[in-house]
Amino acid sequence: MKLSKDEVKHMALLARLGLSEDDIEKFQHQLSDILENFEILNQVDTANLPPTAQSISLENVFRPDEPYPSLPVNEVLANAPDEEDNSFKIKAVLE
Amino acid sequence: MQELHKLTIHESHKLLKEKKVSSVELTEAILKHLNKVDAKVRACMTVTGENAMAAAKAADKAISKGKIEPLTGVPALIKDNMCIKGVRTTCSSKMLENFIPPYDATVIEKLKAVNTVIVGKTNMDEFAMGSSTENSAYFATHNPWNLDCVPGGSSGGSAAAVAIDEAIYALGSDTGGSIRQPAGFCGVVGMKPTYGRVSRFGLVAFASSLDQIGPITKDVTDCALVLNVIAGHDKRDSTTAALDVPDYTKALKPDIKGFRVGVPGEYFVEGMQPEVRQALEAAIKKLEELGAVIDWNVSLPHTKYALAIYYILAPSEASANLARYDGVKYGYSYREAGTMWEAMEKTKQYGFGPEVKRRIMLGTYALSAGYYDAYYVKAQKVRTLIKQEFEEAFKKYDALVTPTSPTVAFKIGEKTDDPVQMYLSDVCTLPINIAGVPAVSIPAGMVNGLPVGMQIIGKHFSEETLLRLAYAYEQATPWHTKKPAA
Repeated sequence: MKLSKDEVKHMALLARLGLSEDDIEKFQHQLSDILENFEILNQVDTANLPPTAQSISLENVFRPDEPYPSLPVNEVLANAPDEEDNSFKIKAVLE
Repeated sequence: MQELHKLTIHESHKLLKEKKVSSVELTEAILKHLNKVDAKVRACMTVTGENAMAAAKAADKAISKGKIEPLTGVPALIKDNMCIKGVRTTCSSKMLENFIPPYDATVIEKLKAVNTVIVGKTNMDEFAMGSSTENSAYFATHNPWNLDCVPGGSSGGSAAAVAIDEAIYALGSDTGGSIRQPAGFCGVVGMKPTYGRVSRFGLVAFASSLDQIGPITKDVTDCALVLNVIAGHDKRDSTTAALDVPDYTKALKPDIKGFRVGVPGEYFVEGMQPEVRQALEAAIKKLEELGAVIDWNVSLPHTKYALAIYYILAPSEASANLARYDGVKYGYSYREAGTMWEAMEKTKQYGFGPEVKRRIMLGTYALSAGYYDAYYVKAQKVRTLIKQEFEEAFKKYDALVTPTSPTVAFKIGEKTDDPVQMYLSDVCTLPINIAGVPAVSIPAGMVNGLPVGMQIIGKHFSEETLLRLAYAYEQATPWHTKKPAA
């Protein structure tokens, strides 16, 4: 399975991950190599197998819906790159 | 004068309890030794000396009132992906260079509750992605047995630190071998508990269905003592099991007569170092001498799929978990961009290192439209087979024994350009996370001056069985007493 440059760029866009031209070139080869190693799974007939998402098979974990104190807003915002009026501030989404 | 930094937890505890040494003295000794040796080993990311001395004084006060638990007053190091309130938690990433958590991880709360003394945070592969601690965005950690070699990873800082006595014990995290492989490479004891045995609340998420926190210690007794404190249900982590925590030290008995131990051939892989194979065979014969019943011919034929499953599932989960680093709530934020999307892309471009980017790309690919069924769902289905295969094996055996890694520690720089070669060093540890079962690595020999690790694997929640086998072997062999030259 050989990835094209456009596929690499498309994945980067989906992940919102900026890549340099060098990165794109390098990942095109490295990811293709890694994907080749995944082909081994095609040897396994999985038609009647359920997928395992979680290894100890817990199901529907509930807890009582009891209120408890949240972290103070100022402590949460202490790590924020930018803030205004007790909110995280970002650049305009719509131009 | 006794060299206090060389003590184990149980030895420290005895001296603290008999008031022959104070936690302040012990912590001073650790900090002094750490400052001396860490210039070469580089195991620590952040040393919190002042906090440690304050905690040591608090521990001494508690001890003077008769409040002493086995970890009270004992200095520890924590892998830098577990949140400690007010202490920088970097995950060895530029992304979190200045991140100060506003809360403690559950394991940290538990350690603080018994007045353990946290002396700092240890270096790791960035976001725990790696097998050598070379992927740290800051510096590589060196193996104390041979400074030209890697300590393993991703908990390489924690394992190297315990091996060279920079702490009495440490915590690591293990997603595909990140506690056991470095423990093996550094000649210390490292356990990945059953998935759900220890809370992940406050552990920076990598692959949520595989991650687990565990102890890295100088001997098996200490492993049990740490597990006693950190294990248990947590309402803030709904994947923790609502099971009682036994006193794991009760499992520490030298008698293993009649224990059924299987040796799966698939773990003695092609390309394995012949001397590591010999060391393992000798170690298994020792278990036999001690009374275990060994089946040398166990076969787990699906093992060969584990590497592919892991490198689909772990990056997929990582690509979802790491989407949160968008430069908005915390962490590095690229400020010069024109638009919000551009800012987000640049934040990730400059905040993440190459291995993290590689895995985000891989995971995004495996989860994307058109490939989701072929990669992600396919891997989850084969995961079911691996899990079933272990379940079948544990109907016949109390434990399985394998090498922890196919080789001893490799040279720094040897595998950095070839991700597939690097991934192979975890080939013996990955299947265990896929099945969610527990496993421990203990020292089981020396090859060319470097430690060999033996991995003991059990069924879900069988940590007591693993500790018993590990303890019996340890007590009958000299490996845990061997130390690198400081």
